Amino acid sequence: MNVELSRRLLHEMIRIRTVEETIAARYSEWKMRCPVHLSIGQEAPSAAAGAVLRPSDPAVSGHRAHAHYLAKGGDLPAMIAEIYGKATGCAGGKGGSMHLVDERVGFMGSTAIVGGTVPVGVGLALARSLGRRDDVVCVFIGDAVLETGVFFEAANFAVLRRLPILFLCENNLYSVYSPLSVRQPAGRSLSSVAAGIGLAVSGGDGNDVRAAHGLIASAVGRVRDGSGPEFVELATYRWREHCGPLYDNDIGYRTEQEFEEWRGRDPIVRFRDTLLAEKAIDAAWLKSAEDAISTEVAAAFAFAESSPFPKPEEAFRDLSANPASAQAV
Amino acid sequence: MATMSFAAAIHDALGEALARDPAVIVYGLGATDPKGVFGTTLDLHRKFGAERVFDMPTSENAMTGIGVGAALGGLRPVLTHQRLDFALLSLDQIVNNAAKWRFMFGGKRGVPLTIRMIIGRGWGQGPTHSQSLQAWFAHIPGLKVVMPTTAADAKGLLLASIFDDDPVIFLEHRWLHNLMGDVPKGDHRVPIGSARLVRTGGDATIVGMSLMSVEALHAVDHLAGQGIACDLIDLRTVRPIDWPMVEASVRRTGRLLALDTGYETGGISGEIVARVAGSCWSSLRAAPRRLAMPDAPEATSPALTEHYHVRAEHIADAIGALVGRKVESASLATARNHPHDVPGDWFKGPF
Repeated sequence: MNVELSRRLLHEMIRIRTVEETIAARYSEWKMRCPVHLSIGQEAPSAAAGAVLRPSDPAVSGHRAHAHYLAKGGDLPAMIAEIYGKATGCAGGKGGSMHLVDERVGFMGSTAIVGGTVPVGVGLALARSLGRRDDVVCVFIGDAVLETGVFFEAANFAVLRRLPILFLCENNLYSVYSPLSVRQPAGRSLSSVAAGIGLAVSGGDGNDVRAAHGLIASAVGRVRDGSGPEFVELATYRWREHCGPLYDNDIGYRTEQEFEEWRGRDPIVRFRDTLLAEKAIDAAWLKSAEDAISTEVAAAFAFAESSPFPKPEEAFRDLSANPASAQAV
Repeated sequence: MATMSFAAAIHDALGEALARDPAVIVYGLGATDPKGVFGTTLDLHRKFGAERVFDMPTSENAMTGIGVGAALGGLRPVLTHQRLDFALLSLDQIVNNAAKWRFMFGGKRGVPLTIRMIIGRGWGQGPTHSQSLQAWFAHIPGLKVVMPTTAADAKGLLLASIFDDDPVIFLEHRWLHNLMGDVPKGDHRVPIGSARLVRTGGDATIVGMSLMSVEALHAVDHLAGQGIACDLIDLRTVRPIDWPMVEASVRRTGRLLALDTGYETGGISGEIVARVAGSCWSSLRAAPRRLAMPDAPEATSPALTEHYHVRAEHIADAIGALVGRKVESASLATARNHPHDVPGDWFKGPF
């Protein structure tokens, strides 16, 4: 892997981590008045995907989408402003953390119903395929999506029509508090079920950003060449609670020990140490990157704080393409 | 102008749309099969190709979401369900995605998706092949819901729906498919949100949609011969409702009877009564009324559906009660010389 790409991946992971930790640290100010599902610990799959996908490649996601949005190139100040509910938010304050959008970079939307955007991504791919473009649609999903009916319906159609889609699955072992063991039979991997419906599958360590990048790049390359939809499963772990800024390893659904094991495989620490050892980076580069990121993140929060709230009448706008007919209701 | 059936008018509209705009795609269970969804999609795939007109797996939920995504990607998809009841599997995509995408992403982009749903009735369709759930869809901000009654309106509203930039639920009643009427040629459009005044009269305002507008027409014309003259409004769109037309009529007649093809509780007819009671209170000369399907599923045995549906004679009786006159209505029932569980000539038209 060339030095530039390595640096980019590390930079992106640190950037995502810094954004998410700042949200966590400032959440108690009660100015981010919506649920936030943070990606701390899961930065690598997004950073890798962001380095592979083009801006013209559409992406869709679910409730835990901050990292996906940022890695795709989504506007950071607009994301923070959205979480603050401001008019300058990427969705005008209408969507909040769970409904992010930045079409300039192909981030077409994330929503809050598990699996809800999976067929939307397949539809975007259908439109692309009819237009004969070689874009790839990236559908970001978590492990619980493999329990939904709509995933298999959508994947079936994607396989049937050989659509240009990457289903990128971050398996972080938990769906809120429910472990895999109460949702999936023991001894059956998510990838095997995805393979059963006809997707080409691959997977690996989602906390090894280089490995993740390799898997995603290979899969996307095959999809772009027209060989049909792919499923990549990356094993990773969410550090904080399902929803919110706190740690909850003490409430009983998982153990502090398990958490510590995964924290010992911190994707950022691992890759930083690797790059230092390879001399791809040095301490000066690291400090410079961290300072730049801190400055950028601080500016984004300042932008959000100083932005105006949307006017009250905005609550009733954008229901329709034709405002007159909306009022007629 | 050409005389054709409601189903043929839908076929005509789909062909017109597919020819006019390469972004239009048409799909659904059976869209390419030899019956062509009661003739409405017949052979369109031969004319416009398999990429634009296609059959689908029995995956209503995903295929609706795929329609949402395709619409976001620049297409104008038209999805058909042979029965409205099948669409219930896709409510998440309709309600949480199609209806809300424009709003929840701050107005960036809407979903120009049209979903045709066919309302079944008769011949033992039974509880899960006969539901008329316009009230559910009309309850959702961000959706438009249309229910054409005539062949011309079927074509005009379908074209308006397809080329509308918002998601539109297009409800077509199975018993209207053989209704004949004059249909304008070419790109004929009927504005969404505009009702049609079918008959005029000062004694009462009758508001109907879809099949109920035809039943009401039989009743209103029958009563005209008994000296009772009504405004008959065919809504054509149930979200948004053409309140200016409804309210202007009630302010003149002072009496309202709202009709519904759906269940009584929580239905559109109740919505009309509620609105009129508020906005036209000082004009009302009698309590506003509604007639809708009973609060029970449509059973299968003909013995159980014989006295289930609202028919012209019930509408005539209700109008009589509304205006305080005895009316002759029994002949409306005897005029139907076919079993009750088939449409017969009652819905043939032209009207």
